[in-house]
Amino acid sequence: MKTTVFLGTVGAAALAAGVAGAATLDDVQERGTLNCGVTTGLVGFAAPNASGEWEGFDVALCRAVAAAVLGDPTAVEFVPTTGKTRFTALASGEIDMLARNTTWTFSRDNDLGFEFNGINYYDGQGFLVPRDLGVTSAMDLDGATVCVQTGTTTELNLADFFRKNNISYEPVPIETNAEAQQQYLAGACDAYTTDASGLAATRATFEAPGDHVILPEIISKEPLGPLVRHGDNEWGDIVRWTLNALIAAEEYGVTSANVEDMASAAGDSPEVNRLLGTEGNLGEMIGLESDWAVNAISAGGNYGEIFAQNIGEDTPIGLARGLNAQWTDGGLLYAPPFR
Amino acid sequence: MSDTHAQSVAYVRESFVEQQTPPVSETGVVKWLRENLFSSIPYAILTLLSLFVLYQILSGVLPWLLGGNWTASSIRECRELVEGAGGCFAVLTERWNQLLFGFSYPSTEYWRPALAFLLLFVCVAPVLFPDLPSKSLILTLLYPFVAYWLLWGGTIVTPIVGLLGVAAGYVAYRATINRGFALSLLAGVVAAVIVWYLGGFVAEELSGVAALMPVESRDMGGFMLNMILGTVCVSLSLPFGILLALGRQSRLPIIKIICITFIEFIRGVPLITLLFVANVVLAYFLPPGTTFDLILRVIIMITMFASAYIAEVIRGGLAALPRGQYEAADSLGLDYAQAMRLIILPQALKISIPGIVNVAVGLFKDTTLVSIISMFDVVGMIRGPILASTDWNGVYWELYGFAALLFFVTCYGISQYSQWLERKLATDHR
Amino acid sequence: MASISEHDTQQDRQGFRPSMLINDTRYRGLTFQFIALMLIILAFAWLGANLMSNLAAAGLDISFGFLDEPAGYDIAFSMIDYTSQSSHLRAAIVGVLNTLLVAFMGCVTATIIGVTAGVLRLSKNWLIARLMSAYVEAFRNVPVLIWILIIGAVVTISGANPRAFLGEEAESNLFLGMFAFTNRGLYAPAVEIGPGALIVLIALIAGIAGAIAWRWYVKHTLFSSGKLLPGWPMWLILLAPPILAYFLFQGAIGLSMPDTMANRFNIQGGTLVGKPLIALWLALSVYTGAFIAENVRAGILSVSKGQTEAAAALGLRPRRVMNLVVLPQALRVIVPPLISQYLNLTKNSSLAIAVGYADITATLGGITLNQTGRAIECILMLMLFYLIISLAISGVMNVYNSTVALKER
Repeated sequence: MKTTVFLGTVGAAALAAGVAGAATLDDVQERGTLNCGVTTGLVGFAAPNASGEWEGFDVALCRAVAAAVLGDPTAVEFVPTTGKTRFTALASGEIDMLARNTTWTFSRDNDLGFEFNGINYYDGQGFLVPRDLGVTSAMDLDGATVCVQTGTTTELNLADFFRKNNISYEPVPIETNAEAQQQYLAGACDAYTTDASGLAATRATFEAPGDHVILPEIISKEPLGPLVRHGDNEWGDIVRWTLNALIAAEEYGVTSANVEDMASAAGDSPEVNRLLGTEGNLGEMIGLESDWAVNAISAGGNYGEIFAQNIGEDTPIGLARGLNAQWTDGGLLYAPPFR
Repeated sequence: MSDTHAQSVAYVRESFVEQQTPPVSETGVVKWLRENLFSSIPYAILTLLSLFVLYQILSGVLPWLLGGNWTASSIRECRELVEGAGGCFAVLTERWNQLLFGFSYPSTEYWRPALAFLLLFVCVAPVLFPDLPSKSLILTLLYPFVAYWLLWGGTIVTPIVGLLGVAAGYVAYRATINRGFALSLLAGVVAAVIVWYLGGFVAEELSGVAALMPVESRDMGGFMLNMILGTVCVSLSLPFGILLALGRQSRLPIIKIICITFIEFIRGVPLITLLFVANVVLAYFLPPGTTFDLILRVIIMITMFASAYIAEVIRGGLAALPRGQYEAADSLGLDYAQAMRLIILPQALKISIPGIVNVAVGLFKDTTLVSIISMFDVVGMIRGPILASTDWNGVYWELYGFAALLFFVTCYGISQYSQWLERKLATDHR
Repeated sequence: MASISEHDTQQDRQGFRPSMLINDTRYRGLTFQFIALMLIILAFAWLGANLMSNLAAAGLDISFGFLDEPAGYDIAFSMIDYTSQSSHLRAAIVGVLNTLLVAFMGCVTATIIGVTAGVLRLSKNWLIARLMSAYVEAFRNVPVLIWILIIGAVVTISGANPRAFLGEEAESNLFLGMFAFTNRGLYAPAVEIGPGALIVLIALIAGIAGAIAWRWYVKHTLFSSGKLLPGWPMWLILLAPPILAYFLFQGAIGLSMPDTMANRFNIQGGTLVGKPLIALWLALSVYTGAFIAENVRAGILSVSKGQTEAAAALGLRPRRVMNLVVLPQALRVIVPPLISQYLNLTKNSSLAIAVGYADITATLGGITLNQTGRAIECILMLMLFYLIISLAISGVMNVYNSTVALKER
């Protein structure tokens, strides 16, 4: 007797689903929304706030891509994924792009059939320990119990680090960041390991952040970036160059505040003019409107603004730019030229 | 006789003794205590022991419950206010809407799921309480369409078309019933599909008529998602369960083998593996390019799961029917479909109701597993967005206690009903 | 089936018309079965074809080669040797053993809890009966996942930090010098196997066999001659050989105590029954115990009072009434649902990852799946494992049911 609800839902789903063929760009434009895979909740990177709006560093990238492609930064369906489901969701076409602080590794790029589109955050795995433990180096952790979030590269790095240094440890696999914090604060593990950015975010939520230290060792390289399905190069290019546009905008001083002004007429800098579409036809080359980058930058600002707003030093997360500064400031961010 | 010895025998009492009150140990509170709590030494020890346990539990929970804070805006503020003793129930004040409806259901539309929830009781009552007039079953039939309209929104034409389709199917079925059951069933299905197909165009034309704000399936969350999954999957699994049970009892070997394989396979694996299939594997088995909503894939999997369990319950009901019922149906010259429809199933289903209710309760509780595959049901909301937020990181007991309470109230209510029904059915049969 | 249809067709060969396939009850069954079989085959072919084209499009294949590759991750609790360099297959085996371990321990304790609660719920003691009802209702009506999460958190906060036991000036001492309950788990002495342990083990088995033989002999004499032999020699036969062997072979079995001096983070040495195992074990036993309590209660209530009275009228003592009359009849009602509760417990143990226990769903269906991306293979193996367990348990149940059924009239 509930067949119609069923059929109705099937109908609605089939309408909403569309076809995830080779041309993702056409699908997205036809559908009018971008399906963006994010984490189920990591403050600063992607989490729904009290009023149910998604916000965070990864979320801002999704919005920028939506703005570049559709002209509307709110035309995004955020699909929460776990470590287990993120790759299938992308492979099966349920999402168009994945921005879920995913580490760019060889096997993910090649064996799993995905394409990484650059790096939006340079991270590395670290350890958080209580200050009164008196530990100053990760080498001192022999015999310690370590909480680790399961389903990530951190688990593998952890095993490698302790094996390489020939010291022992007791892993406690934990599903979510929130539960890991609970275990760590209850003293069920001596140390908590995850990406250094995550550790900072985690420590920021403690009642007494000063009682905990992040150890100096960074035991892995974790270049985090957005990824799309392998084989759809046009779509991959859009995601890659949207990210590059945000980075370049910061380098050239284009912000969400002045982007409208600068885009209204061609200015002195030819690079900025090409980026903002007042000169040349870069938008046409990538298959978008000429103001695609203007839309992307107006969505949430340039890379620096997004960083400062979500995870920067003035937020509870309080991350310094570090490796994620522009190459001109001694960081690793280096957008290829727009020409 | 009485006057013979009255004077001569000194020890015969002349008058009645005043009735005395029973000894203290045999009356009132003392008697009750003695009989119910301290009837023997081991019992006395057990009683004291359980009083101690009870005291321990209450002395821990009561200050936490009574000294709790309901107004703070974050865990830090709350911890300062309660000074370690009370609970931070303020998280419930602030996030109750997310716990009940998920974080993306439009907050102006909360009345819709709430109304659908209330209507559920009104409309399911005719099925649950056989004493109500059978005409009220119409309410039950209407409910799915009303609930669909309320929850998902959109124009009211869509559910009306759905209803018309069912009605057309029924009319076609009645009109052709003399040509045999299988044929008339086919006719009914064809009629319904035609109406739905044509109605689809009408609904598209009239998409503005009595339209509620449309809400997508992926925006459903919180306890509402558990309720939707529970009711939809149990209702869908009933017809499948009946078919599977009949198939398993069937004399046709191939059909029997298919049904047994399906039932045993589904009952042999944990629900969580089926949900993994829904989440990570199912996409590979569908035609290239199609993607279903996650919620729909989960509904398919949970329905399969529930069907297998309900089939086993109904099989028990079929087996419990006296042989004579089957023979009586045969002797009346009824064919298989008629016998099942008119004689066997009505009785078998009736005695299966308590079992079906138990399966439904179990299934409803199991809908919390969807939180493991990144759906934000009530447990998923707690483990995901709420505990991950900077404001409420570290509030566990209050949130899980609230979730447990929601389930307890619902499931306890249903199981009380089931026990009532069992008692009622038991008297019917003796 | 084939012989029946042949027989039928021979009889009516001349009168066969195609319409009989639908209208004649003799052929209709065949028609339906044929249609059903075709539909099933078509459905599977459709799914298979979809799978093939999807995999081809994504450039993937179905292969179990990843099972031989190094897993790369560590598992905290393993009953066989395992390092991060062991293969994914070995990690899966570790998971299987862990699942079986927690399922077995859970079944044992759930039975004890359930039987106790079920009997006490029928007790005349008002308070106890109410408390047991409250326990049963509280656990039956709340999802097992929520209970696992709550009990996991309770275990975490109820244990002390192991650092309290460490060093020269420790705040706490080991209980009896052997045990420590911490928020990482229970530290206990480990059993060390020395030479001669095998003989002690054999002696123990011999003792158990002897005790069973004695019981059988007592019963046999009682039934054949009416003489009741004493029961206590059973304990002598049971305990004497292993104790004798233990003292004969000094040092065959020793204990290694937990060491509180070796490390600054944890107690070393001894055995650690990890917190995840304790939490999951506790949660599953208490949850399933509530269901078993209901089964036990129903079982005892199902034996009619007349049976007890009749047994008493024959002059049986209360204990024998219970053992010889009530229990055997109640068991027939209790055991089938009890076994399906065992099955449920085993399946519910798949939620182990919620408390960080490395069962098969957490290793093969969790970390291995994540790291290799081999979703289809991993989930296929996972389902197959649970299916085998379930079929084995329901096989046992069917055997039991058929033995009980024989006694029915």
